[in-house]
Amino acid sequence: MLQDRDRIFTNLYGFQSPFLDAARKRGDWDGTAHLLARGAADIISEIKASELRGRGGAGFPTGLKWSFMPAERPAGQPAFLVVNADESEPGTCKDRDIIRHDPHKLIEGCLVAGFAMRATAAYIYIRGEFVNEARVLEAAIDEALEAGLIGRNACGSGYDFDIHLHRGAGAYICGEETALLESLEGKKGMPRLKPPFPAMAGLYGCPTTISNVETVAVAPTIMRRGASWFAGLGEPKNTGTKIFCISGHVNEPCNVEEEMGIPLRELIERHAGGVRGGWDNLLAVIPGGSSVPLIPKSICDDVAMNFDRLKDVQSGLGTAAVIVMDRSTDIVRAIWRLSKFYHHESCGQCTPCREGTGWMMRVLGRMIEGRAEPGEIDLLQEVTTQIEGHTICALGDAAAWPIQGLIRHFRPELERRIEACRRNARQAA
Amino acid sequence: MSQSRGRPGAPEHQPDTFTFTKANLEEAERIMARYPQGRTASAVLPLLDLAQRQAGWVPVAAMDMVADMLAMPPIRVYEVATFYTMFNLEPVGRYLVQVCTTTPCMLRDSDSIVEACRNRLGIDFDETTPDGLFTLKEVECLGACVNAPMVQINDAYYEDLDAGSMVAVLDALARGETPQTGPQGGRHASEPQSGPRTLVGGD
Repeated sequence: MLQDRDRIFTNLYGFQSPFLDAARKRGDWDGTAHLLARGAADIISEIKASELRGRGGAGFPTGLKWSFMPAERPAGQPAFLVVNADESEPGTCKDRDIIRHDPHKLIEGCLVAGFAMRATAAYIYIRGEFVNEARVLEAAIDEALEAGLIGRNACGSGYDFDIHLHRGAGAYICGEETALLESLEGKKGMPRLKPPFPAMAGLYGCPTTISNVETVAVAPTIMRRGASWFAGLGEPKNTGTKIFCISGHVNEPCNVEEEMGIPLRELIERHAGGVRGGWDNLLAVIPGGSSVPLIPKSICDDVAMNFDRLKDVQSGLGTAAVIVMDRSTDIVRAIWRLSKFYHHESCGQCTPCREGTGWMMRVLGRMIEGRAEPGEIDLLQEVTTQIEGHTICALGDAAAWPIQGLIRHFRPELERRIEACRRNARQAA
Repeated sequence: MSQSRGRPGAPEHQPDTFTFTKANLEEAERIMARYPQGRTASAVLPLLDLAQRQAGWVPVAAMDMVADMLAMPPIRVYEVATFYTMFNLEPVGRYLVQVCTTTPCMLRDSDSIVEACRNRLGIDFDETTPDGLFTLKEVECLGACVNAPMVQINDAYYEDLDAGSMVAVLDALARGETPQTGPQGGRHASEPQSGPRTLVGGD
């Protein structure tokens, strides 16, 4: 188990004050000027060496992403760091804790990341429903500005860097990075075609890098403790610590920062009080937020929680939101509810997603009671593959994958319900 | 102002005009200053939010005013106001009760929370109590999943609910009290119910 001394978010639960004095005691803003003095290239290479991968779901190597910004820009052209705090993936509630309990980790991370990618300002896009979280973050930004840590000549580095908070207004799709940029520009949150990629033409057409809250917030600690410390946790390409959100049918749902690659069973039993009714009462787990396929108990028994191990079992680490379902779960209804979510959140731009999410929701809705033809299971599978990969953004994929996971692992359950429904109909006739 | 086809919101409630209070006008100017020159359209979400905080909802007249302030065609503001779920296009009760029913809350029996709200308030989703105090809404994941089931009422989250504590919160609001927000079962935040197992070393 990860030792407390290796935990980055030492105020995850908010037992201490989120504000500057307490944050400094936790080690934030310690020698930030020296970090910046090492230079942009050095920061990028340290982050690369740490093998940090993006914590927003896709797991893209962070150092590489931060290096995509052009080194030379026309005079006067701004460049932006945009922090994705639109945390909306069902099951996920980690960025909320960083923002409300450890906001200075994020603010210092913005400065370090922004400096490394030569950005002129940062916008933090926070989901609109997080009203009180936004108030805490805004107050923390104000005190950092007041203390000269950000703003003009940030930390005495000679570098000017403003951080602005921008609240969304209720749209899951704005967590998609280009939809987020559209929203930030004052438009509907509809994803953009790529290329051009945001590093070349992002916010207001300027070079932009979008990074998740947790990714940005761990950067200063990595710089202070060194890439080798971070890379020494977990396994190669899956390094460091990660905040896991354990929800659903466990005795004690909670957030916890653990080492990447912790076995799923250990994570649940050590931190979340175990599965309700014991491990043998487990039915399935969605290991990385609603968008990743579920895994049945047989896989949960010995799978490790990192990007590559979960990919090996046809699922994913995603946001590390672990949704636990015990044997009392109506698994078809649980996945149907996710289909309803994606149907509600589809932006409507691409036909396969706009029409397909509703179609899948309706078919799966009938299958809860077995009101379907046996052949419709294959038809549903076929439709998921016609949506997956055929849309501008990944919401179509995210809507398809949970259903594919259901069919892959619970096809007999779907068949049983259809057969039972047909039998009942025959008996009634 | 007459209602034309294609404008958002039901016509019967729409006021003819909308203006920001002096304090909100100053706040609007502070907000607009966050964005680069010529990019003030970026302020459309915060300004619509400000209008909603003033009126309780977003009348078309407020959208027109925001369009005017930001030099945007009104249709662009209507598009935005109708795309984002947090904007109420019709008046709502003093307390907007938004029940999350997405899978992580569903697994923790959000059905019982929905039932408790329906029974206590005597209304269904998208309805308002006759006294104008409560509007009930079903919403998608609000991002507090380890504290499920939960609801948002106006700006506040109420977490770790069961039917009893849900009714207690609604009762308190109906009496004009301010119930404690956050977890209702004795937890501080997202730590395990029986107390943190990590970060226990203290300062």
